[in-house]
Amino acid sequence: MQKYTIPAVRMALVTLVVLGLLYPLAITAVAQVTMPAKANGSLVTSGGAIVGSELIGQRFAGPTYFHGRPSAAGADGYDGQASAASNLAPTSKALVGRVETAVGDAVRDNPGLTAGSVPVDMVTASGSGLDPDITPANAYAQVARVASARGMTPEAVRRIVEENLTGRQSGFLGESRVNVLRLNMALDAAK
Amino acid sequence: MTLDILRMVGFGGLVLVVGYPLGLYMARVFAGERTWLTPVLAPVERAVYRLAGVDPSAEMRWTSYASSLLLFNFACFTILYLLLRLQGVLPLNPTAATGMSPDMAFNTAVSFVTNTNWQAFAGETGVSHLTQMLGFTWQNFISAASGMTVAVAFIRGLTRKETREIGNFWADLTRSWLYVLLPMSIVIALVYVSQGTVQTLAGAVTAKTIEGVTQVMRVGPVASQEAIKLLGTNGGGFFNANSAHPFENPTPLTNLLQVLSMFAIPAGLTFTFGRMAGRMRQGVVIFAAMAILFFAGLGVIYGFEHAGNPNLTRVGADQVASAAQAGGNMEGKEVRFGIADSALYGATTTAASSGAVNGAMTSMTPLAGGMAMLNIALGEVVFGGVGSGLYGMLIFALLAVFIAGLMVGRTPEYLGKKIGPKEMKLAMFAILALAASVLVLTALAISSPAGLAGRLTQGPHGLSEVLYAFTSGVGNNGSAFAGLDAATVFYTTTIGIGMLLGRYLFIIPVLAIAGSMARKKQAPPSSGTFPTDSGMFVGLLVGVVLIIGALTFFPAYALGPVLEHFLMHAGTLF
Repeated sequence: MQKYTIPAVRMALVTLVVLGLLYPLAITAVAQVTMPAKANGSLVTSGGAIVGSELIGQRFAGPTYFHGRPSAAGADGYDGQASAASNLAPTSKALVGRVETAVGDAVRDNPGLTAGSVPVDMVTASGSGLDPDITPANAYAQVARVASARGMTPEAVRRIVEENLTGRQSGFLGESRVNVLRLNMALDAAK
Repeated sequence: MTLDILRMVGFGGLVLVVGYPLGLYMARVFAGERTWLTPVLAPVERAVYRLAGVDPSAEMRWTSYASSLLLFNFACFTILYLLLRLQGVLPLNPTAATGMSPDMAFNTAVSFVTNTNWQAFAGETGVSHLTQMLGFTWQNFISAASGMTVAVAFIRGLTRKETREIGNFWADLTRSWLYVLLPMSIVIALVYVSQGTVQTLAGAVTAKTIEGVTQVMRVGPVASQEAIKLLGTNGGGFFNANSAHPFENPTPLTNLLQVLSMFAIPAGLTFTFGRMAGRMRQGVVIFAAMAILFFAGLGVIYGFEHAGNPNLTRVGADQVASAAQAGGNMEGKEVRFGIADSALYGATTTAASSGAVNGAMTSMTPLAGGMAMLNIALGEVVFGGVGSGLYGMLIFALLAVFIAGLMVGRTPEYLGKKIGPKEMKLAMFAILALAASVLVLTALAISSPAGLAGRLTQGPHGLSEVLYAFTSGVGNNGSAFAGLDAATVFYTTTIGIGMLLGRYLFIIPVLAIAGSMARKKQAPPSSGTFPTDSGMFVGLLVGVVLIIGALTFFPAYALGPVLEHFLMHAGTLF
């Protein structure tokens, strides 16, 4: 037994140091030196203050801003310390009820939007609860509300949305989308 | 939709393009031959052997090989268990995580040592940075390397002649992580950082949003762990949302790299097998059978997810794909991935024994979620885990030649070696142990109040949640229908036991078969030989995998995902 135990323990300790300590610390050092902005969270600043991360969705509640998707992260959503999906089943009353309420709110708040045409990502919670993006369809559905709240023409707001569309990566990977924080900052810059 | 399908086919091509050269490289590594990394890594390799006090050239019988593996894994478990219990008083704990309770630490330590990476805690709050690095990143490498050793030992058992020796465990282990996993992880981790995956020792960043709300975002040494998490088919998330979290998987490119990472080594090992068997066609046959099963499963998942949830259409959501949205069942999915990249990820993570998720598995439409569960239940032989996928599929190959032999009256033999009653009994034991563990533990859970209390959903989905948990645990996958509250003592304990049964009640018979097959003579093919390098054998192998999986699990699935599918279309809610 001892014939196997001693090398087992020694091998465990050697690999622990190499793979558990040296490897992650070396990657951290290289990342921090060569790509600090990315390694530290792709933070977005405005006037020197951190207003969020380009990658992490956040809550926008006012009518003058585009809103992100419903979020199940934390009690109020978009909690950066509690990423989570709703984990509700497709046959869950809680899910269908929540979507029905969200459809009603969306139709009430967004002129021109009717039940049946509400983009699905507008009323469903994301996998992380921190989805930074909405679909172009979701953004277009909010244009009328934002334009009216800001006293801008819908055409002007729509143009800003189009300027902030992110196409598929390299032209074919993933989906087209709009980063909500970037879009809202562009709106503020335009006024 | 056309683009979606093209991308999926393209992914299959990428797996082949990456897997083939990697497989040949691994064949050289495990034979101890010189590779282009040898000048740099050979001194490190020698230092590891010296520090551990092992002789890498000493050949082992299967019993020594298995004993070394088991005691090494037990040493790892003990260290990890202590780390989890004591993390509250250890350094590098910027988010003030506390020590885990005994049952949670048992569950978690077993989980990471067995390559399951099931997590009954939330990554953000449950563990310290020290645990993430020293505990999880370490075991992500080691549990994967352990799986690779068993695969290589099994290939040697099938291909060596008239010997009792199947290699040296310490050499196979060290070469696995040093020549394969570590160099690839270094490159992949840095690509992840370039896309936005965080890599820092800080614990959190605070922002004040333009609407004036304070948002605290957890960060940490994520990229270094993310690389080996996928490459080693581990799957444990740094964050609770796993690879749906933008700090783990920020872009469509990282998503592609993640799915490719999960399949690279398992696919590569089929070619390693072909090379070591001296006949590449033997490996290609295994690869082909895996690819057929994978694309069939992917088609099911993509099709049902793309079609969406009729209940959401009924209350006014538009799930139809258009130029401005991907549409489909978006509950639990990220916009940047849409339906196609989420379905690809879901199919890959369950076919491979990974368990990483880029969306909520439990919110998938019933038959898509059921297909993901079936991928695991088939034994994760569709490319499967690093190492475990290959040895699992080779067990099915032995079974297939045996069944074919019975049907057409030929002597069952594989690679020129006769398969005897002893090997068949061991193979059947391994397969039955998995299925029985899943079904018995599920039955126990749904017939006890403690088990029933954990369900988030009533009705057939509640059964699916429990069945998925044990399928995932025993299958060493680690993904979840996460509605289930698995943090109770009942589930941490039973799933912990399930993970141990699923890992070691398979590995030990596999190594025993390796020892037994190594002793046999290799006979040249005769007219009585059933060829195992033909298209016919691909079909036979696919058939055997499906029939065994279907016969074992269909009754339970009929009451879970299948029933839920029909109730969903009838508008019945729970």
